[in-house]
Amino acid sequence: MTHDIAINGDNAVALAWRQIDPDVCAAYPITPQTIIVEKFAEYVANGEVTTEFVCVESEHSALTLCTSSCSAGARTFTATASQGLAYMWEMMPITASMRVPLIMAVANRAISGPININNDHGDAMSARDCGWIQLFSENVQGAYDNSIIAPRIAEHHDVQLPCMVNLDGFILTHAIERMTMVDTADVKHFVGEFEPLYPLLDVKHPVSHGNMDGPDFYYPHKYQSVLAMDRALEVAEEVFKEFADMTGREYHLVDEYMCDDAEYVAVILGSSFGTMKETVDQLRAEGIKVGCAMPHVYRPWPEAALAKILKGKKGVVVFDKHLSIGAYGPMFPEVVTAAAELESLPRMYNVIYGLGGADATVSGFKKIMEEVAEGKAAKITYLGVKA
Amino acid sequence: MTSLSLKELNKLPVRLASGHRLCAGCAESIIAKQILMGTEDPVAVSLSTGCFEVSTTVFPYTSWNTPYIHTAFGNGAATCAGLETAYTALKKKGKIKGDIKFVNFAGDGATYDIGLQALSGAMERGHKMMYVCLNNEAYMNTGIQRSSATTLGASTTTSWAGSVQSGKKEFSKDMTEVIVAHNIPYVAQVSPHNWRDTVTKASKGFAADGPSFINAISPCPRGWRFPTDETINMARLAVETCVWPLYEVVNGKYILTAESARIADGKVEKKPVMEWLSAQGRFKHLLQDRWEPVAEAYQDEVDRRWNKLLKLTELDL
Repeated sequence: MTHDIAINGDNAVALAWRQIDPDVCAAYPITPQTIIVEKFAEYVANGEVTTEFVCVESEHSALTLCTSSCSAGARTFTATASQGLAYMWEMMPITASMRVPLIMAVANRAISGPININNDHGDAMSARDCGWIQLFSENVQGAYDNSIIAPRIAEHHDVQLPCMVNLDGFILTHAIERMTMVDTADVKHFVGEFEPLYPLLDVKHPVSHGNMDGPDFYYPHKYQSVLAMDRALEVAEEVFKEFADMTGREYHLVDEYMCDDAEYVAVILGSSFGTMKETVDQLRAEGIKVGCAMPHVYRPWPEAALAKILKGKKGVVVFDKHLSIGAYGPMFPEVVTAAAELESLPRMYNVIYGLGGADATVSGFKKIMEEVAEGKAAKITYLGVKA
Repeated sequence: MTSLSLKELNKLPVRLASGHRLCAGCAESIIAKQILMGTEDPVAVSLSTGCFEVSTTVFPYTSWNTPYIHTAFGNGAATCAGLETAYTALKKKGKIKGDIKFVNFAGDGATYDIGLQALSGAMERGHKMMYVCLNNEAYMNTGIQRSSATTLGASTTTSWAGSVQSGKKEFSKDMTEVIVAHNIPYVAQVSPHNWRDTVTKASKGFAADGPSFINAISPCPRGWRFPTDETINMARLAVETCVWPLYEVVNGKYILTAESARIADGKVEKKPVMEWLSAQGRFKHLLQDRWEPVAEAYQDEVDRRWNKLLKLTELDL
């Protein structure tokens, strides 16, 4: 039995976790993630989960404890944001290289400095090269659904990689939306039992985790992660299909809206995908053929799926909620690379927007898309910035 | 463990195999073996980055015939706590049967400096795990740089004995006392020259109902500049000069053990610190007349800490 509820994004993640009932959860408070662990701690206090819940003294220890706990053979979840993710950074590639399939929710928030608690994608993007699977959520429903989907991808024996579930800070974490929840028994059945490979606490078969590699092994081990990421693309598609069979809600490597006959496509991540859908509706009412796409799976980068969508378009506008100062937004060169395989390369534009919680509005998106359609847009636009 | 005879201890499974790559004369494997003799239960080991880690787990080899994990440098306590937490969770669900013990080995840099926060957190949270500091009083793995465990006057590659400086300017942090302040069930200092004392303390640490911390003096021939066959003598000297007293703090109660107890009882004479300083190349400049005040300050600080410890053993809790 499924039913609709009103819930904010953080509580929706906590709800999914309660339904999954992981073995271990360790976390440290940071805005705007805190509601997740507060709510989960309440579930622990009321015996609604069997999870060992550890209030660690830092995010570095949170990810460390979760990494070894998962290596030991326990299904393990954590959550963080912004500076917390930055503090975890040392551990992130270690977790991935140890092939530890733990799950981490990230309530996307700007990275200091200046210190700022509002939403952008500076945290997730700064961690994108760490070897983690990264899923993005359009809305509260997406954050909840991703939380149920993530373990299936991460723990798949052909994958065995950690997975980050991104949800926009405040915009999704704190905003109450209508959402359809999945029956707990169905969640449990869908996610299944954790079947760890080479669990460290199998004392009859002692194994060493986290050994030192010389050049002969470091590079091959990295390459094995590359192969695992490739397989994660296939596995994600399979899991999305199974999830759609269960719930009727369809997700893809790249979610798209009105792209089939579009002349111009906006590529955008997270909650702004919804804002862009509204923009698309308004522009189409004016006769401008626009569509939009969101890489639901950002790592592994769904290049082929994206290229298929961009084929034959006149222009592609990549919206980045982060920037590599002195270059572009992080997603722009990746979309250009995906498009480079096409017979004719669309005109490529990069829009930097929404940094540190700056407004991301339909009117702002509309204006830049109109400029693109009129051939007036610059290659890179810092949308709405007051210089 | 019914008896502490070497014959009996040798029947325990070999958890750290020979053939590792530690330097000749390194005390770390000696200490680790003594610690691991403290329980007959399976032990899962975690290591903080350092000499011991890089020397025992160069892929595709491992010296560990027991579950082993390493993640990073400043988080050994959190790594070990993760194993213990998983064990608690899985045992509760019946997925693990039987008891498992947990221990993290770390150098002094990983304990006194970069790993202090993670260590303090794990001790406060009460994980049932042991944390062992292999204290060789400097960052030896990176080439003998000073740590906050390095003592006054020691020449290191970041605190040289030079023409205007007499080695490290500060005395070491008293890390054992820092951990005692966490009010955990068991804290001890050990030295590898006294295996019986070390194994006994390890047994108590493993048996404690909560975290335990063991600080082990770990003479390093490379960093301290002494011949590789002098390791055990150097460890003994640290105890005999009261530079490294052997004691334990059991639920807050201070107890001197072994040679240190005999020195306190007046049965054995406390040796002058100069014997310790003159045996090691890192202190050799302190034998010069111009650095005599530093050698004296060293003796004064050792005396002050020893006398404080004696007072602490008188506390009636």
